[in-house]
Amino acid sequence: MPLLEIENLSVAFPSRNGMLRAVDGVSMTLDKGEVLGIVGESGSGKSVGMLALMGLVPHPGRVEADRLRFEGKDLQRLSERERRALTGKDVAMIFQEPTTSLNPSFTIGYQLAETLRIHEGMDRKAARRRVIELLEQVGIPAAESRLSAYPHQLSGGMNQRVMIAMAIACNPKLLIADEPTTALDVTIQAQILDLLLSLQRDRGMALILITHNMGVVSDTTERVAVMYAGQIMEMRPTQSLLESPQHPYTAALLAARPEASDGGRLATIPGVVPGAYDRPRGCLFSPRCAYATPLSDELRPDLRPWRDGLIRCHYPLGDSTREARRAADGGDSAAANRREAVS
Amino acid sequence: MLRFALTRLSLVVPTFIGITLLVFVLIRLIPGDPIETMAGERGIDPARLAQLRKDYGFDQPVLVQYGFYLSRLVHGDFGRSIVTHEPVIAEFQSLFPATVELSICAILFALCIGLPAGIIAAVRRNSIFDHGVMGISLTGYSMPIFWWGLLLILLFSVQLGWTPVSGRIAVQYFIEPVTGFLLVDTLLAGDVGAFRSALSHLVLPTIVLGTVPLAVIARMTRSAMLEVLGEDYIRTARAKGLPRFRVIAIHALRNALIPVVTVIGLQVGVLFTGAILTETIFSWPGVGKWLIEGINRRDYPVLQGGTLMIGAVVMTVNLLVDLAYGLINPRIRYTR
Repeated sequence: MPLLEIENLSVAFPSRNGMLRAVDGVSMTLDKGEVLGIVGESGSGKSVGMLALMGLVPHPGRVEADRLRFEGKDLQRLSERERRALTGKDVAMIFQEPTTSLNPSFTIGYQLAETLRIHEGMDRKAARRRVIELLEQVGIPAAESRLSAYPHQLSGGMNQRVMIAMAIACNPKLLIADEPTTALDVTIQAQILDLLLSLQRDRGMALILITHNMGVVSDTTERVAVMYAGQIMEMRPTQSLLESPQHPYTAALLAARPEASDGGRLATIPGVVPGAYDRPRGCLFSPRCAYATPLSDELRPDLRPWRDGLIRCHYPLGDSTREARRAADGGDSAAANRREAVS
Repeated sequence: MLRFALTRLSLVVPTFIGITLLVFVLIRLIPGDPIETMAGERGIDPARLAQLRKDYGFDQPVLVQYGFYLSRLVHGDFGRSIVTHEPVIAEFQSLFPATVELSICAILFALCIGLPAGIIAAVRRNSIFDHGVMGISLTGYSMPIFWWGLLLILLFSVQLGWTPVSGRIAVQYFIEPVTGFLLVDTLLAGDVGAFRSALSHLVLPTIVLGTVPLAVIARMTRSAMLEVLGEDYIRTARAKGLPRFRVIAIHALRNALIPVVTVIGLQVGVLFTGAILTETIFSWPGVGKWLIEGINRRDYPVLQGGTLMIGAVVMTVNLLVDLAYGLINPRIRYTR
């Protein structure tokens, strides 16, 4: 039984022009102890999807899914109380901005102990001992003296360590890290990632790492889901995805890495992620895709098995018949014209 | 912290001088002087009038009078009432507890209703409850106090007969003042009937005086809560699996209270302004009614002394509120 099963998850926010679909039919499964990366640009729905899993989608967002199971338990059928007992205990999450994610009015000792007292029913003394242990585990020096510190007295890196300590307090089976290093100094980023990975290995917990940084993905994850405009475009083992991306969007993302630059201008993907008003009828990436055909504009591709993973594209890059089929589907003249209009 | 307190204290002196000057000049702009007013319609012999004016120093130029007043003031002499010849300070001290009792009840009333209403309105934003609370509080905020008081008297005292029309306690009770707060003194005396009488006299004035602060507190609490509820740390609290009540009442409220406390501090000034009208409507024997009578009689020393002392109270409370920030906002505690 997989640890996590998500099938056809959608999150929509009502807007003036109907519903804005932030997450659109996402499906994935995750095994115990697995490390999954979710990559995508800002606004691709990677964070919102995971917030939906946590039951934290902000008002007035609406969550729908054919299946949302954790350890076989149907999350959508749980009472609010049962769901809360799971959240923060078996499934924990850390966020991008550690300093604003901690309550400025309470000491970190209080905020850490609170989790233990709610979920484990520990008394003050036992919680305090455990909090000191946890702070030491996440590499905070002089842990005992930090208990009475407020978040504004610690650095961003320290606060993220506190957040991680809080998340692992009840030995979660799944930890979701939403851009955990984005707000931190480059020198601290590697430390935090190492910490997350060593905790993951020691405890055998599953880890979902949300990031827009392909470099982070390659160092840490076993499998990657590439998201675009609320949909998974490609999901494959990390190594092969990096070596031979199959989706044009993945390839474009990889080409946009500074490391991939040949010293000239950095590669970019022209255009922006579609919003509520300009959502394409066909493939969501088609307006920005260099290989789109009239078929891409009309028919949205399904997520289908391809090679060692899944892909949502009519013409995967590694498909030997793609050029012939693109020509048969009308070539790329129409798309090229429209792309000029976009840029 | 100490530096902050000293900076604030150093502002007290110019503020006081400003208050004295303003009051001194303003009351002399009102037509008629105390002696003419006392003489009333019968009039007074011009020679006697001139003599009395000279006795009280009203024949001097205003600036000279002000100088004399200030010099007496720095010696701690607030003067005597022209009408009763009692020292202003003594009159103030005997009346002040009544005003404080009423003000405390009013602010408690405002807090007990305004805080929960604001919190619930924020949590259920855009619900009927939210729109209702905001609509009512806007009405309450805009309502003239004297009119509101008269309406309540008409309904509850005259029509329904539930509450007394005016005063602090029924005439048959005499309670020896210990604290000056009748609710406390009646209990100390062990007189339950007197306590109930004092309480029933307090109900309407409390509601009237508390209405504006209630509206302000409810609106401020709502907007502060709305802002805080969108913060990252609220998401964290929910991600920890904390019960909804705990997230709102502990994690959110603690932070939302910071601006609300500021507003409560500022309401103290509003309370005294309101007390002047409320006490007049309900014949509440407090400082507000005393000041209104002082205006009617052109009792200059009473007005000058009374205003100055109210100013002192308001400034003290505001200073205390500023210092209290540190208790609820750790970020201030350490940066000052």
